[in-house]
Amino acid sequence: MVELDISNKKNPKYVGDPLEIPKLACGAMADSQTFAAHPKHNTDLGFPPELIDNWKEVAIAKIGELGKKNRAFQVYLDICVKCGACTDKCHYFLGSGDPKNMPVARQDLLRSVYRRYFTFAGKYFPWLVGARDLTEEVLNEWYTYYHQCSQCRRCSVFCPYGIDTAEISMAAREILDSVGKGQKYCNEIIAKAKTIGNNLGLNPKALRATLEDLEEDLEDETGVKVRLPLDEKGADILLITPSADFFAEPHIDGLLGYAKVFHQAGVSWTISSYASEAANFGMFIGSYENMRELSLRVRKAAKDLGVKRIVFGECGHAWRVAYSFLNTLAGPFDFLDQNYPIPQHIMEFTHDLIQKGELKFDKSKNDEFRVTFHDSCNVARGSRMGDFPGGQFELPRDVLKACCNHYFDMDRDTIKESTLCCGGGGGLLTDELMDLRTKGASPRMTALQQVTEDHGVTHMAAICAICKTQFSKVMPKFGYEMDNILSVHQLVSNAIILDDQVLEEEKQKAAQAVQEAKAEAK
Amino acid sequence: MISIVYALLFYVASILLVVGLGMKIWRYATTPAPLKIPTMPAPLTKAGVGFRLFREVAFFESLFKSNKWIWLFGYIFHVALLVVLLRHLRYFQSDVWWWVKLIQPFGIYAGFAMVFALSALLARRFLVERIRYISSPSDYLMLLLLIGIGASGLAMKFVSHTDIIAVKIYMLGLMRFQIGDLPTHPALLIHLALVALLMIIFPISKLLHGVGIFFSPTRNQVDDSRTKRHIAPWAKKLEEGEDR
Ligand code: SF4
Ligand code: SF4
Repeated sequence: MVELDISNKKNPKYVGDPLEIPKLACGAMADSQTFAAHPKHNTDLGFPPELIDNWKEVAIAKIGELGKKNRAFQVYLDICVKCGACTDKCHYFLGSGDPKNMPVARQDLLRSVYRRYFTFAGKYFPWLVGARDLTEEVLNEWYTYYHQCSQCRRCSVFCPYGIDTAEISMAAREILDSVGKGQKYCNEIIAKAKTIGNNLGLNPKALRATLEDLEEDLEDETGVKVRLPLDEKGADILLITPSADFFAEPHIDGLLGYAKVFHQAGVSWTISSYASEAANFGMFIGSYENMRELSLRVRKAAKDLGVKRIVFGECGHAWRVAYSFLNTLAGPFDFLDQNYPIPQHIMEFTHDLIQKGELKFDKSKNDEFRVTFHDSCNVARGSRMGDFPGGQFELPRDVLKACCNHYFDMDRDTIKESTLCCGGGGGLLTDELMDLRTKGASPRMTALQQVTEDHGVTHMAAICAICKTQFSKVMPKFGYEMDNILSVHQLVSNAIILDDQVLEEEKQKAAQAVQEAKAEAK
Repeated sequence: MISIVYALLFYVASILLVVGLGMKIWRYATTPAPLKIPTMPAPLTKAGVGFRLFREVAFFESLFKSNKWIWLFGYIFHVALLVVLLRHLRYFQSDVWWWVKLIQPFGIYAGFAMVFALSALLARRFLVERIRYISSPSDYLMLLLLIGIGASGLAMKFVSHTDIIAVKIYMLGLMRFQIGDLPTHPALLIHLALVALLMIIFPISKLLHGVGIFFSPTRNQVDDSRTKRHIAPWAKKLEEGEDR
């Protein structure tokens, strides 16, 4: 356990290498099981309620279908040379030592079956190329190990051909779903988002009440009437944010940050109760149709409310879907104002204002924090911010440095495009997978412990709802408190100086001065 | 007799290679990538993507970032193979290009480098636990096949000399569909048989990585999803009849 002892700076204690390669521990994670979906949730998503009788034929046919619909799937199953370069790149492997968590081995679970039924060598010489029959055991193995991949794409960065295990694991989950072997966590959430509009199942009334409470809190804190509008037609900006921002810590403080930034920018904005969720779990199960359906809610909300712009809140996978897929799934967005990126990230919005000098900060408000930044995997490797490649790394850091005095980066091999996943992404943020999540988080935690040792870093900021929840759960296991994880816009919120707040303070000061003068006069 | 068998072998191998590869390329080229999935940060322009692919192919950029040993041996092997292949051009030209003449001596060094690098890769497959775990028999055999090709080639130069002029005349003949006399030198026969085998398995094995990389969406896509709508034909169909 690491101590948060800043005085220890001169003599850093070696806390270990976050990327240290473990010895192989075969079968270490074979018992990790995520709950099966309720039949109702499978059918809600258009899948069979439970394992169908002819699952084998259907699964094999599905492999064939995916090979024709998705080039990545086809090419990646064909061209892996088993060079081994990716074998030490997955945080779940680093944390567990289970060889089936090495990216290429994870792909091989499916590739071996693909080879058996779709390639010459696999059909006639299966032993030669490691091809195997699709059996129930294999199917279960898929379920086990494709639910140990957070689809973070770290392996894809390091593969000489860019083979992306996330693509394979999404495809595998789609195959599993198509034979009735869905996962509870994802499918239940998608079903909720498709009917109620968000992953939590928060109805419009509850949402309104929550936002009103938050407005009151904001007024108490700042003395200014900062609004959190819901379903306001004709607003300029539609904010799509993860529903965790409405109730979880530290997410909420991020939401308050967005509200203050919008307030200070003087723009009109609104949240939609119909599309009150940024995260799109359709991606996790590789289902284009479900992902599309969820994305169309955003389109409909934007049209119905008549907004000109769409801005997304802090959420990793959500931003990947928004940035990279939204135009494909629910575009074209010709009815929005083309002068702004569609969609835009709140970080781009805030960064822009900072660049223009329109936001003022009192950095000392964040002096109690010595901060580092966790690049969320799907933002880092699946999206961009700003107008240059790598903006997704620079913008959040710029914003953090604008509102904090003490900022430090973690080991270069564990940030930016090489960032380590928090361990809870890709549909794994569920209690029964806590052991997996802890192991998956351990490389990141070691990297954090390093900067704690070297620079006295106390807090880590993130821009993803999953990262925030995951870290608040696992950080206590690594010697931190659950509130050592922060939202980036929480730090913005702490330090931002609102114009009317200044007026308000000046008014108060003036009033005080008058009173003092009166008192003296007496 | 042997001349005829080898002639047939080479015709069959060439056809399988060209047709097999052609079919695979066609397959890759016509299969859509339904979503934009470049591994970020990615280039913003087509030219940028061209440069990214060039760096991958010419320098193995991602592999370099990933693992210096695999990069070193893999890179030596591929560069050496390229030089060796170019050196072999002289067997198929009656008027040999000047630069092919020029690289002849380097080709010899390259031959050794190739066998060395392949042996190192083979050793890694045995010795590194993780790589041993992911290897199938075919992965070892593929390396052995290439080592066999290199070693038999070198044997012709350094162990027992082969009449390469006769080989050249035979090859030039094959290109004009005339079957001449192939010297029946054992090293040569082994060398040629292994090369033919390599040609045959190329389109049905992992050797496809040579063409596959150009079709890898994570590497060949432009990062422009916000400004340009990308949609697969089958996905477009889902939108039919929708009120947008
Ligand atoms: S790095 Fe790529 S080619 Fe090498 S083993 Fe991994 S997936 Fe296969
Ligand atoms: S995508 Fe991430 S979690 Fe999945 S195998 Fe690759 S590195 Fe591991």
